[in-house]
Amino acid sequence: MNAHEELVRITNLRVHFPVRGGIFRRAVGSCKAVDQVSLVLGKGQTLGLVGESGCGKSTLAKTVVKLVEPTSGSIKFKNQEIAGKRAQNNFRQNVQMVFQDPAESLNSRMTVGAILEEPLEIHKLVEKNLRSKRVVELLEQVGLPASAADRYPFEFSGGQRQRIGIARALALQPELLVLDEPVSALDVSVQSQVLNLLMDLQSKLGLTYLLIAHDLAVVKHVADIIAVMYLGKIVEIGPAEEIYLNPIHAYTKALISAIPIPDPTKKRKRVIIPGDVPSPIDPPKGCAFGHRVGASLYPKSVGMKFNMEEISTGHSVLHCPCCI
Amino acid sequence: MQKGERMKTDTLLDVKGLSVSFETDEGHVQALDSVDFQVRLGQTLGLVGESGCGKSVTALSIMRLLPKPMGKITSGRIDFQGQDLLELSPDGMRQVRGNEIGMIFQEPMNALNPVRTIGDQLSEVFLLHQEIGAKDAWLKSVEMLNDVGIPAPDVRVFEYPHQLSGGMRQRVVIAMALACRPKLVIADEPTTALDVTVQAQILDLLQTLQKQLGSSVLLITHDLGVIAETCDEVCVMYAGRVVERAPTVELFANPIHAYTRGLLSSIPRLDRTPKTKLATIDGMVPSLSDLNEGCRFAPRSGKVHPQNLLDQRSPLKEVSEGHWVESCPLCLNL
Ligand SMILES: Nc1ncnc2c1ncn2[C@@H]1O[C@H](COP(=O)(O)OP(=O)(O)OP(=O)(O)O)[C@@H](O)[C@H]1O
Ligand SMILES: Nc1ncnc2c1ncn2[C@@H]1O[C@H](COP(=O)(O)OP(=O)(O)OP(=O)(O)O)[C@@H](O)[C@H]1O
Ligand code: SF4
Ligand SMILES: [Mg+2]
Ligand SMILES: [Mg+2]
Repeated sequence: MNAHEELVRITNLRVHFPVRGGIFRRAVGSCKAVDQVSLVLGKGQTLGLVGESGCGKSTLAKTVVKLVEPTSGSIKFKNQEIAGKRAQNNFRQNVQMVFQDPAESLNSRMTVGAILEEPLEIHKLVEKNLRSKRVVELLEQVGLPASAADRYPFEFSGGQRQRIGIARALALQPELLVLDEPVSALDVSVQSQVLNLLMDLQSKLGLTYLLIAHDLAVVKHVADIIAVMYLGKIVEIGPAEEIYLNPIHAYTKALISAIPIPDPTKKRKRVIIPGDVPSPIDPPKGCAFGHRVGASLYPKSVGMKFNMEEISTGHSVLHCPCCI
Repeated sequence: MQKGERMKTDTLLDVKGLSVSFETDEGHVQALDSVDFQVRLGQTLGLVGESGCGKSVTALSIMRLLPKPMGKITSGRIDFQGQDLLELSPDGMRQVRGNEIGMIFQEPMNALNPVRTIGDQLSEVFLLHQEIGAKDAWLKSVEMLNDVGIPAPDVRVFEYPHQLSGGMRQRVVIAMALACRPKLVIADEPTTALDVTVQAQILDLLQTLQKQLGSSVLLITHDLGVIAETCDEVCVMYAGRVVERAPTVELFANPIHAYTRGLLSSIPRLDRTPKTKLATIDGMVPSLSDLNEGCRFAPRSGKVHPQNLLDQRSPLKEVSEGHWVESCPLCLNL
């Protein structure tokens, strides 16, 4: 990791949402969507964030692009604190987000050309007469014909719409792209086209990616680092290959084992873990995973403070007394 | 044993030449074109293919639940235990549904009534299809919830669907589909809306129950991993047609149609070298409104098809025992 210049450093990040109840809509509790998350992302790297629905992936992503303000903790972008401050213009340009549903994230009443020009206009980056040239350039970068500029998003397929979403994110020449489930809504044959495009753009433009996906196979293919989230916390983080070959936390192991392998000759014993992800509103007192699986040593974890412990270079795991 | 004989004895569901069309604003569109496949006794057949290829329409046709009046079966037959379902009266079909064929949908919320308790809804299935009283139906419901692995079933039975997690709701839907021990279970993307760890639980449950009851399963999915782990045979669909079908091991080891090969090689896999370029299938699925009669994969195959292959469908050919493929000479890799 030392080889990479540090681009993002997140330390002890917490995002808690108030939970309201009663007739007065008073805050009756809080939802710990992101709880004590720390990670470092080097320039040019891809960090893949995996975990089950509701574990806080999107909330973490939105916090990084400042769509959500953290409750506490720090986010440094190029050594500058961005949490709690008004976003500087250069940060707004440097960090862009691509959303899961290409249909919903594009304004259906604007032509593709207008969609791509909008950020250029807002940030007054490109002279008016040069904007259409930049649009063509962007379309080319994502593999769409120049003629696409005059058409509307609904005239495109899902995969093409996702390319438009990526082109829009690239308009401001950002350094960091936050990709929230960019291929989940796409069919497999189209998914691979978009993943190839993302890998291509990264090597051409030196982009850094924070990639969220629930499909571990997708993440493993494109990420340098994998972070596994469970109920608001990162339970394990490390080099992608290392996480896959040598998972330490019981949850990471279960997650890997739950992925169906497209090879009928490999009959293996799946580790079936019971239960669902618990609610972040009233999380278990002890280890959230131990609680779910009814671990015999769970009582030991109640009241404990969990810390990340590094077991080999860059590979850390949330230390829990019973499962590691 | 002769081949014909084998078919007679161990085929539960035999779909032959099934074609379906929809009446839309843009006129007639053909969603299914001469679909053929069999589901064998006690086995699982997987239907796989990309969005819009006709998987759900196939399931709805078998259940005779196509939206009326837009959807219409224009030809073919669906033999279930030797009886053509398309010839049954609406009453006869209602008996088959739920009793002999159970169905599990992708989105459990669509199959459940949000304002009635789980117990109410499960009991109704028993009351409708079995000659038992309300009390017994209720007891059976609790038992069924227990069978599908719902903790504290005697409490849950009084709850409403929204009080359950997604995984538990899908368990309830499975309980309803299996309540009358159907011979055939049609599961349309039963785990697509669920997390992987919950998906593993549900697939495991389905397999266990299938073994217990000796049922056959028609499993619809777009996940080739799920197919590999659960199906005995696979049918690959493309633009309303079956382009290839074979026993699962054979299909993965020896895919012949260019589309099947493309699908198999384009999925990212845990055991593939990271960061390498993934194989892709260029272009996209054709729109139903401008389908040609001949090879429909032609525009994506990377091979220029002569006009006759675009105009005339190449027949399905059996290349090895039980392995059938649409024989467009430019899309085959033998
Ligand atoms: N604005 C909000 N107000 C209150 N609670 C929220 C808000 N946004 C998210 N949450 C809660 O925070 C938790 C984490 O949500 P988040 O969307 O980050 O999960 P996720 O990991 O992205 O899940 P998915 O895979 O389903 O997209 C959830 O319990 C969610 O209900
Ligand atoms: N009620 C309808 N009216 C018109 N066309 C329909 C109707 N229902 C389905 N179709 C068309 O029939 C085709 C097959 O649809 P179907 O729902 O079977 O696809 P599928 O393979 O199940 O896809 P998915 O993976 O997205 O569920 C689609 O192109 C769809 O647009
Ligand atoms: S063993 Fe302990 S720390 Fe590990 S998952 Fe179980 S309860 Fe948590
Ligand atoms: Mg999300
Ligand atoms: Mg469907």
